[in-house]
Amino acid sequence: MYHRFDAIVVGAGGAGLMAAMQLARTPGIRTAVISKLYPTRSHTGAAQGGIGAALGNLEEDYPEWHTFDTVKGGDYLVDQDAADIMCHEAVESVYELEHYGLPFSRTPEGKIDQRRFGGHTRNFGEAPVRRSCFAADRTGHMILQTLYQQCIKREVEFYSEFQLLDLIISEGVCCGLVVLNIKDGEIHIFHAKAILFATGGFGRAWKITSNALSNTGDGVAIAFRRGIPLEDMELYQFHPTGVYKLGILLTEGARGEGGILRNNDGERFTERYAPTLLDLAPRDMVSRFIYQEVKEGRGINGSDFVHLDLTHLGADVVENKLPDLADFVRVYLGVDPVRELIPIQPTAHYAMGGIPTDVDGRVLMDESNTVLPGFYAAGECACVSVHGANRLGTNSLVDIVVFGRRAGKHMAAYVQEAPFTELPRTPDDEARQQVSALLSRERGESAPEIRETLQEEMMDKVSVVRSEQTLQSARKTVHELQARFAQVAIQDRQTWYNSELLETLEVGYLLDLSESIIAGALARQESRGGHYREDYPERDDTNFLRHSFVYNTPDGLRIAHKPVNISKFEPKERKY
Amino acid sequence: MQVQCKIRRYNPTQDKKPYFSVYEVRMEPTDRVLDLLNEIKWKLDGTLTYRRSCAHGVCGSDAMRINGRNRLACKVLVRDIGQKMTIEPMMGFAVLRDLVVDMEPFFEKYKAVKPYLVNDDPAPVTERLQTPEERAAYDDTTKCILCAACTTACPPFWSNPDFVGPAALVNAHRFIFDSRDKAGAERADVISGREGVWRCRTVFNCTDACPRGIQVTNVMEEVKRKLLYDRA
Repeated sequence: MYHRFDAIVVGAGGAGLMAAMQLARTPGIRTAVISKLYPTRSHTGAAQGGIGAALGNLEEDYPEWHTFDTVKGGDYLVDQDAADIMCHEAVESVYELEHYGLPFSRTPEGKIDQRRFGGHTRNFGEAPVRRSCFAADRTGHMILQTLYQQCIKREVEFYSEFQLLDLIISEGVCCGLVVLNIKDGEIHIFHAKAILFATGGFGRAWKITSNALSNTGDGVAIAFRRGIPLEDMELYQFHPTGVYKLGILLTEGARGEGGILRNNDGERFTERYAPTLLDLAPRDMVSRFIYQEVKEGRGINGSDFVHLDLTHLGADVVENKLPDLADFVRVYLGVDPVRELIPIQPTAHYAMGGIPTDVDGRVLMDESNTVLPGFYAAGECACVSVHGANRLGTNSLVDIVVFGRRAGKHMAAYVQEAPFTELPRTPDDEARQQVSALLSRERGESAPEIRETLQEEMMDKVSVVRSEQTLQSARKTVHELQARFAQVAIQDRQTWYNSELLETLEVGYLLDLSESIIAGALARQESRGGHYREDYPERDDTNFLRHSFVYNTPDGLRIAHKPVNISKFEPKERKY
Repeated sequence: MQVQCKIRRYNPTQDKKPYFSVYEVRMEPTDRVLDLLNEIKWKLDGTLTYRRSCAHGVCGSDAMRINGRNRLACKVLVRDIGQKMTIEPMMGFAVLRDLVVDMEPFFEKYKAVKPYLVNDDPAPVTERLQTPEERAAYDDTTKCILCAACTTACPPFWSNPDFVGPAALVNAHRFIFDSRDKAGAERADVISGREGVWRCRTVFNCTDACPRGIQVTNVMEEVKRKLLYDRA
């Protein structure tokens, strides 16, 4: 089936819906939102702690301070012009969300309540500041619900449970999509003037992750296969407080409210590593502190986890400010957080890298900032880059709201001027072949087995601590898995609601992204933010204060570089 | 622990009527029921079909009937169900395949109650003020994840599929009691109509089914009282 829209948004999380809202507010633009899930299932809904914005509702604060924290938190790999835009527009974007109806928690005067969060400080690093605007510990849920509600009000057209298969680029312009209707297996072609990818992250490449089963990087991988380079893929964040073994996220807001990390001796070990910010040091550092404690035998009973201690906060704080966290811990661990310690370990959480874009969400085709007309990306799938080598807590929600909004506004203006580019004659050929090959192969490799091996390998060798040796070994495994994947077979031959087919496609996306992550990690012979190399433990600004671009070429992966925008703050050693 | 799991199967494009498949799997007692479904799909039978995403009870994809009660498969542990388990799709919506039901009518009901803030007054430069007490009045209903566990556990809905159902009413409550909202009258027209809140017979199945702990029946009583008092 053929469809024609002015603008199409792929992905119905915060970035996609924020963009859709801007498009819907502009009269005369026909917009569709395509998602492999129903919109409110998107993983934005799992974000807990808050959205950072220097409203100054409880104490003095300025966007400039927020910019500094973002740059320093990102270990100076942040493009400072982009971070400055983000931190300034965070303020009006949060008010826009409030006007849409978002039920923020409130101060006694009725203003939006704010709390502390890792790495957010007053006056350029002096002390923690209350910057995170929150709705209990379900801020992401409320952003997602509120934006979906407003999209309903504006009668945005949704194609729910439609799986992206391919991106159509013709004559150097992005002009369409090939999409599978999950319900009946029919392949659709969507023709458009502008397309936004807001397809989210890919935490499912790792065994222990906070990410949804759906977070398989489909959009990023499809763009990569179509020749778009990926930026800073080696920079992946491990959140320090995942539920032991399950990886489910326990918000940093718990430490924002006063929670403490303790080792087997009951010691508050952050005192030794980050004497100023303690447990609220940035995530990459706290994850490494935990790794170090475990390595030196101070994990709980010598095992590979430590404790999050909320027992001194009292039932009132735990039940009212962290109700979802309390619920997770009770359901999945059988632990009462008011009285007992919570076993936690670092969990694969967030991609700082992704599809390179400018500050209006326009996708860049190379390190010289050449724009691919008609193609936009925003949110976790994109790399603006505002997170550099390590994202600060709350800045993912800031990113999706600010850059989803900017991309939507830019698209709205663009589609009013741009013509439709003619589609190639049979743009769905490759996608159809891919699907029919999977539906017809009689026997072959098992996708779940390939995925399980990949996830274990990435966890062991490409996580908090890496080295030449672990990365080379992981690269070899991924290449073997890719060869096996070429012979993958599925049991389900139905075209009607075939979820095995989708899961299998997702494994292919994860494999290609893992390969790009490892390539970037091998090339970055230094330690910066979320990328820690045992064999190169120091940051090396002389050689590596630059973004990496990885290209998918017929001869294999190729790495190129792009300078970092350093317009405000000179790089310094990162201490907290 | 060894678990015997009976799952109701149906592919309307192929099967004349639903049937049960029985699987024997070894699980840890602390595994989620969703882990058990994944174990079956990934190791035994790739054709088993169900929805899932976040796997920790916040996205609302995997509501289903587990031993007769509506639960999120990712929010109930194997040990809490036991060694014999029967899993079926939610009741009241057409089955698309196995445990996947057609959610379109559910979202149509949701949309019918105008589930969005209406306030056409010019917005201030900063936030609209709302006291913590005003905010608390609708806190419970902001938790809804639209999983449909409540609506598909509701006997009045089973007997009358036109009833908007508890989930839509929870979301109506979320705006009716929001001090910033101005659409009270329009929304009241919908929910006090023939297929509105008065179909509720306070069975409490919805409250029992809600994986977010929303006091659904109580919420509907608050809506009823509000409609009556506003009229008086």
